[in-house]
Amino acid sequence: MSDFDWPTLLAIAALTLVTVLTRSFFFISERDWKLPYWAERGLLYAPIAALAAVVAPEVVLLEGQLIDTWQDARLFAAAAGVAWFFWRGGVLGTIVCGMAVFLPLRLGLGW
Amino acid sequence: MFWRTDIRRWPEFAEGVREQTTVTAGVAAWGLMTGVAMVAAGLSQLEAVLMTLLVFAGSAQLAVLPLLTAGAPLWVVLAAAFCVNLRFVVFSAHLRPYMMHQPLRQRLVTGYLTGDMSYVFFVRRYHAVGATLEAKQRQMAYLAGHCCVNYFSWMGASLLGVALAHTIPVAWGLGFAGILALIGVGCSLATSTLRVVAAGVAGAAAVAAFALPLKLHIVVAIAAAVAFCLLIEAHGPRALRPQPPIPPNPPSAP
Repeated sequence: MSDFDWPTLLAIAALTLVTVLTRSFFFISERDWKLPYWAERGLLYAPIAALAAVVAPEVVLLEGQLIDTWQDARLFAAAAGVAWFFWRGGVLGTIVCGMAVFLPLRLGLGW
Repeated sequence: MFWRTDIRRWPEFAEGVREQTTVTAGVAAWGLMTGVAMVAAGLSQLEAVLMTLLVFAGSAQLAVLPLLTAGAPLWVVLAAAFCVNLRFVVFSAHLRPYMMHQPLRQRLVTGYLTGDMSYVFFVRRYHAVGATLEAKQRQMAYLAGHCCVNYFSWMGASLLGVALAHTIPVAWGLGFAGILALIGVGCSLATSTLRVVAAGVAGAAAVAAFALPLKLHIVVAIAAAVAFCLLIEAHGPRALRPQPPIPPNPPSAP
């Protein structure tokens, strides 16, 4: 694989602008202005929806197909991560607990 | 920001540094995983280093990796990142009054460097905007202390992850740690019944619509979940509507 390709570099540059734009969104204009009301309400749900939309296929699909077995390390790791979060809280614990379930299943049992 | 001596001289700066240190381990571990995940997903190390140094947004970076390596069009990549970053738009609305005494360039830099952790600590410490210019500067110094520790622990760990990525076999599936990090952030956002509903709808819609070209299933899933939740807010079961109920003509915010 080559060291870089231009589309990826362009994407990285544009993603940097997305970071600046979203983190500073309401700092940019000096004037007082407001989002439409429905958009303001929608902001409450869009972030978690975006995360779920990215995560769900990564957990239950294999090469574009819904998996037809429960012997998949990802299912148990995701469940363990969620369980940890609601038991103890914290992103770090979620990662560690999930991987503690994932690695033995993947490396030991080949799931 | 934290490289300016006139900011660092306020005692609030050291206070912010001290408090952010309590969560450094978590930030660093997540940064390490993100570094490994970028290379494991197929970025070259140069690309991964550039992404680390420039994009500086862990969950957005992780979210766009499968899209980038699948060759999704740029606008889909940016739309996904924008949506994952939408919480920062909400944060910026919250922080706006604390920022507006600074010139535009400083506001943009401060926003760029203020991640989740710094924001959470800041709004926990300050409930009202400083009355005087000095009070506002002290608040900014506190924020800068948090951002400083947060920035360097994230960058250091993430670059280390990029460097170590090739020593870890791909078959171990360590990239899944990135997905688990997203699950953790997602769980921390699940603060109301309707948000859990949004996650369920979006997850199901994304799986159902996965066959769509251009990774459009992400956009479809977000749109479906948001529309569904807005409908429930307006017409759904009383128990699911926001408490207190939304007034029909909401008063404009201060």
